[in-house]
Amino acid sequence: MNLQSIFGASAIALTFATGALAADQTILVQSTTSTANSGLYDHLLPLFHDTTGIQVNVVAVGTGQAIKNAQNCDGDVLLVHAKTAEEAFVDAGYGTLRTDLMYNDFVIVGPATDPADIGGMADVQAALSKIAATGGGFASRGDDSGTHKKELALWAEAGIDPTSASGDWYRETGSGMGATLNAGIGMGAYVMTDRATWISFGNKQDYVIQVEGDDALFNQYGVIPVNSAKCPSANIDAARIFADWLTSPAGQEAIASYRIDGQQLFFPNAPKS
Amino acid sequence: MQSIGEAFSVALHLVATGDADLFEIVLLSLHVSLSATLLAGLLGLPVGALVAVARFPGRGALLVVMNALMGLPPVVVGLLVYLYLSRSGPLGFLGLLYTPTAMIIAQTILIAPIIAALSRQVLEDLHAEYAEQFRSLCLSRRQTVLALLWDGRYSLLTVGLAGFGRAVAEVGAVIIVGGNIDHLTRVMTTAIALETSKGNLALALALGLLLLVIALGVNAAVQTLRMSARRQAYV
Amino acid sequence: MSSFDTVSFRPNAIPTDQADHLLPLRLRGLGLRFDQGTPILKDLDLDLSPHGCTVIMGPNGAGKSLLLKLLHGLIAPTSGRIDWGGLSMDDARMRQALVFQKPVLLRRSVAANIDFVLRARGRPRDLCDALLQHVGLAHKARLPARRLSGGEAQRLALARALACAPDVLLLDEATASLDPASVQSIEAIVRNACSQGTRVISVTHDIGQAQRMADDVVFLHGGRVVEHGPAREFFPRPQSQVARDYLSGKLVF
Repeated sequence: MNLQSIFGASAIALTFATGALAADQTILVQSTTSTANSGLYDHLLPLFHDTTGIQVNVVAVGTGQAIKNAQNCDGDVLLVHAKTAEEAFVDAGYGTLRTDLMYNDFVIVGPATDPADIGGMADVQAALSKIAATGGGFASRGDDSGTHKKELALWAEAGIDPTSASGDWYRETGSGMGATLNAGIGMGAYVMTDRATWISFGNKQDYVIQVEGDDALFNQYGVIPVNSAKCPSANIDAARIFADWLTSPAGQEAIASYRIDGQQLFFPNAPKS
Repeated sequence: MQSIGEAFSVALHLVATGDADLFEIVLLSLHVSLSATLLAGLLGLPVGALVAVARFPGRGALLVVMNALMGLPPVVVGLLVYLYLSRSGPLGFLGLLYTPTAMIIAQTILIAPIIAALSRQVLEDLHAEYAEQFRSLCLSRRQTVLALLWDGRYSLLTVGLAGFGRAVAEVGAVIIVGGNIDHLTRVMTTAIALETSKGNLALALALGLLLLVIALGVNAAVQTLRMSARRQAYV
Repeated sequence: MSSFDTVSFRPNAIPTDQADHLLPLRLRGLGLRFDQGTPILKDLDLDLSPHGCTVIMGPNGAGKSLLLKLLHGLIAPTSGRIDWGGLSMDDARMRQALVFQKPVLLRRSVAANIDFVLRARGRPRDLCDALLQHVGLAHKARLPARRLSGGEAQRLALARALACAPDVLLLDEATASLDPASVQSIEAIVRNACSQGTRVISVTHDIGQAQRMADDVVFLHGGRVVEHGPAREFFPRPQSQVARDYLSGKLVF
């Protein structure tokens, strides 16, 4: 019950924890949620570990938060899907090199009853306009994530300011993709989601994909090792090995081979070196 | 509503098959929250006991602050700890972010005020009974505090339970400073949040049921201790 | 219960004829009132020798128990002076022990209650067994103290007081609401302490007990000392009407 023993105990805990993270063979990835929630990492990381012996830990948060965390040097690799923000991250010197990694696409899901009657539309701007016109209900991430940024850009292109209806038919959940899907399904609203999350999502109820296939719904993922000049504590060598492996033929094949119910979730498109 | 029935069968299946990942998550939950409760007790009990016996200017204001701190939002605690432990923060050099240690720190900060405020109440009542006798015996403040802590130990167990309950049930702080990293910092509540966000509601609910069972187990153990203490008239 | 004749727990016990370092008590102009209410004690003067057993008597509301707390330094007088042989009240209290009417026992075993005081006062902890033997509680040493009967609890409180090795033992209606056997055993323990040189000051309503114990009697009424004299003179020939009424069982206001 004395103070010394407390300090002693925490010093031991501290040594242990530092050792675990600082070991050469461990890196931390600040990642968007879709890659984690869809199970992609569970498929990729064992393969990578078998090849290199490097242990990869993943913190899955929204793209906005992932970038912030990486700027604070709380990660060795950034893997997100918001190209403009990623390029700004590199330009500001937080990362050295951004590489296209893979893509999938966004879809708009909605209840089978389809109150805004957008089912089967291939023009996302027209679909969004119809949702806005009918006040059919739309649940937005509202969390500065990659998906949220993409959604806002689509509304802007359609010439609509949905935030003027915030709290009315436009509902900003301020949560992750899964939580927003749960909320949207709960209130019968349309939701824009990446296809990977949707395919692996377990609480679809009567929801189906209503809009897909527009080029504007393209969703590009990129990978960036952080800049060791900004973050000397980063495990930069292992981070580079991970990024290189992901973009190598072996990594790209591994991404392509990940399927749920026979459906491919991510399509590798790293530049061939 | 089918999720609820399904949750029970999923929970039973997880337990029956001795799911290794589940076992790991449960152990980490207990490790983190019990450690935090212990540390918060070491910090909070002496503070609670001192405030219970001491009279000083500003004591009333301090009581209000202590009681208000019981309502600290876990997310705010998580954020504060994150800012300190982040590599770019003042304690970043320790490399503690995204480790169980960081989670223990956050939960300790979260529940130390609860333990201090509740133990202050318990010990003040006990002190009201003992005060005159202790003054008659010319006990020092230190002797008084130690005697109150010892004689109040069974009531303080309940205070510890309140702290543990808060710690093991919170998700806001541990998900920020722990990062919910698989096999490293994933605990019951962050696993529940993750499965919910994956739309696996039955699995999330099953984990919730197991968390409840664990909380029941800890409470039952403490209750048994208290019952035997009551028979001894030590409560 | 065994005979107490030769038992002493005062390592510093000094034969009474050499006990000039013991504490004479001198009260001058002592007054006590709470929050501008009616005074409870008024301008009280009293001198007590450092030996023997003094019994403080008086009807309810006379201020007996409060006087005892004043003497023990648990409360401070509104006016006047308490002088224990020139000691500060804190030092004086270190050499006293007070037994309350309702004993406050720790939530521990009987033995642990004694051990607590021995440790707090820095006294040899092996005295515990002898103290329990002395008050007839050795066979209950391991039991929870709060499971004791009223008489046993008060004997434990007395043993705890003796564990302090007090020069002055203060008793605040220590035998009220106890059965005759318990009263008898407590009286025997107190008499033994007194014979070993411990100064005893006892507040009681029990006239029989006062006659058995007292060397001198202080009779309080209305916040004043009405009589103070040797017990052998007070009981057969009380000087005041109020003391005569009190001793004859009349209601006194």
